[in-house]
Amino acid sequence: MVGYILRRLLLLVPVLLGLSMLVFAIARLLPGDPVALAAGPNATAADVASVAREFGLDQPLVVQYWNYLTGLFRGDWGVSIFTRRPVAEDLAAYLPATLELVLAAMLLAIGLGIPLGLMAAVFRNKWPDFLARTVSLGAISMPRFFLGLVFQLLFAMWLGWLPLSGRFPLTEDPPPQITGMLTVDALLSGQFHAFGVALSYLALPAIAMCLSPLATIMRMMRASTIEVLQQDYVLTERALGLSQKLILFKYVLKNAISATLTVIGLYFGWLLGGTVLVETVFDWPGIGLYATQAVLTQDFMPIIGVTLCIGAIFVTVNLVVDMLYGLLNPKVRYQ
Amino acid sequence: MSSTTAHPRLESWRRGLYRFRQSWVSVLGLLIVSVLLVLAIGGQHLAPYPQHIAGLVDTSARLQAPSTTYWFGTNELGQDVFSLVVAGTRISLLAGMAVVIVGAAFGVFVGAIAGFLGGWVDEVLMRLADLKLTVPGLILAMAVAAALGPGIVNMVFAIALSWWPGYARLVRGEVMAKREETFVLASRAMGAGTNRLLWKHILPNIMSPIIVKMSLDMGFAILTVASLGFIGIGVKPPTPEWGSLLSVARVNMPDYWWTAIFPGLAIFMAVFGFNLLGDGLRDLLDPKARR
Repeated sequence: MVGYILRRLLLLVPVLLGLSMLVFAIARLLPGDPVALAAGPNATAADVASVAREFGLDQPLVVQYWNYLTGLFRGDWGVSIFTRRPVAEDLAAYLPATLELVLAAMLLAIGLGIPLGLMAAVFRNKWPDFLARTVSLGAISMPRFFLGLVFQLLFAMWLGWLPLSGRFPLTEDPPPQITGMLTVDALLSGQFHAFGVALSYLALPAIAMCLSPLATIMRMMRASTIEVLQQDYVLTERALGLSQKLILFKYVLKNAISATLTVIGLYFGWLLGGTVLVETVFDWPGIGLYATQAVLTQDFMPIIGVTLCIGAIFVTVNLVVDMLYGLLNPKVRYQ
Repeated sequence: MSSTTAHPRLESWRRGLYRFRQSWVSVLGLLIVSVLLVLAIGGQHLAPYPQHIAGLVDTSARLQAPSTTYWFGTNELGQDVFSLVVAGTRISLLAGMAVVIVGAAFGVFVGAIAGFLGGWVDEVLMRLADLKLTVPGLILAMAVAAALGPGIVNMVFAIALSWWPGYARLVRGEVMAKREETFVLASRAMGAGTNRLLWKHILPNIMSPIIVKMSLDMGFAILTVASLGFIGIGVKPPTPEWGSLLSVARVNMPDYWWTAIFPGLAIFMAVFGFNLLGDGLRDLLDPKARR
C-alpha cells in the first residue's frame, strides 16, 4: 500500500510536467501581444522592449519555459503583467475562496445525493423515484450561471433573504485568517455571528453550483444500489429476517458507494474548473474570477498558474479517491 | 409478434423504435429538439420582428413587459426578446453541432490510429489525451477563444480543442476490441491494407457508440457555447446568442427580469431536450447500456 502510494505520487511528476508544458505552449501561441497591452496604449517601442526585458519575454521560448519551470520549484510562479503582483501570491489569496465554494457545493451534493439515490432505488418505479429522476435530469441541464441569476432575482432582489453578491460585507470585521475559508475560520475562532454572515453569502453560489453534481451522484447511487439490491446476499439477509434498515445501511450502502466515489472525485476537478461561471455571477473573489480577468487581458502567467493549480488539485483528489476504494472494499489490491 | 420474414437488422430497429416510444422522456426530448430544429431553420420567417434581429433599435418601445404584442417583452434597445431568442436558436444549434462534429472527428481519428497501431504511438497519443483531461476545459477554451478573438468559428475551434479526448478513448477501446475479430483477420488475409481495414471495415462497426456519445454531448456543447457567450468571450452582440443575451440583460434585473429569464430558459430547454433525446438514443443504439 505504501509502495503503491509512493509510485502514484512519483507518477504525478511527469503528468504535472506535461501539463505545464502544454499550457505554456498554448499560452505562448496566443496571437495577442500581452507586452504591448501591459506597456499601455501610449508606449513607445523602447517602452515595450523594456517591459519585455523586465518579464524575460525577449528570450527564446525554451529559455522562457526553463526559467518558468525552475521558478516553480522556488515558489516563483511568475508575475502577472496586469496586476504586477506575483502569481503565487494572487493564487494564495484567491484559492481559499474557490475551495470554500467547491467544498460547500460538494458537501451539499454528497449529503443530499447519496440518500436521495438510495431512496430512489428503494422506491424504484414508484413516484419518489420518478420525481427524483425527472428533477435530476432537469438539474443536469440547468446552466449554472442562469440558475445563479434566478436565485439572485428570487432570494436577493425580490425576497431580500440573502445577499446579492460578494463574499463578506466591508462594514463588518472578517474572522482572523487561518485557512482563508471564511466560514471555517469563523467557526475555528468561535465567532458565530461572522459565521452566519459568511454562510449567508456562501449559500446561493454553493446551491447554484451543487445541483449538477447532486443530480449525477444521485443517478449513480440509484443505479449501483439497484444492482447491489439484486445480489444473492441481500436476498439471504432478507430471508434471515434482517430489518430493511439494517440491510440498507450496514450492507448495501457500503457496496453501492464505491462507484459513486469515482464520480465524486471527477466532479471535484470539474467544479474547480467550472467555478468561473458561478464566480462571475456572484462576484465571488476566487481563482475563477481571477482567471477570467487574466483571459480578458491576455495575461498568460496567471492563466498557466490557475490551470496548473487546478490540474494539480484534480490529480491529487483522484489519488485520494483511489485510496478510499481500499478502505471501502478490502478486495481492492494495490500493486 | 412481427412476421418471421423481417430482415434481422430491420427487426432490431423496429424493437428499438418501440422501446423509444415506450419512454415518454425520449419522446419529449424528440419533441423539444424538433421544435428547436424548426426554429433554427425557419427562424427568420417565424420571428414576429425580423428587423430587430438585424439590429434595428426602437427607443419608443424600450423595456416593455411581456404582452400580446411582445410575447417575451422588449430589451433596453426596444427589441423584441422573443425574436432574438428565436434567432439565437440557429446560432446555438449550429455552434453546438460544429463543436461535437469537429471534436468527434479529431477524436475518432486519434483514437482509431492509437487503437489500431498500438505500441508507442498509442502510448504517446493516449498520454496526451489523459493530459488534456486534467486541464479544465472551460478555462482552456476561454484562453484560446480570447486569444483568437471574437467569432463563432474561433469559439467552436476553442471548445473542440478540449472535446476530443473523450472520443479518442472511446474509439481506441472499440478499435482494439474489433481488431482481433475474425472478419478483420479475413479482410487482412485478402490483402486489405491498414487504411482500408481501419476506415472501411472497423469504423463502420463502431459507429453506434460514437453516435450515442455525440447525441449525449450535444446538450453539453450548447451549454459550453452559451457559457463562453455569457463570460463575454466568443459570440458578441449584436449577434443574438443566448449566453450573451443573458449576460447583457443582467443589469436589467430585477425590474426588467424578462430580458434575462427568457434567453436563460431557452438555453435550459435546448440542453434538456438534447439530454433527453440522447438518453433515448442510447437505449436504442447501445444495447450494452440498457438495463
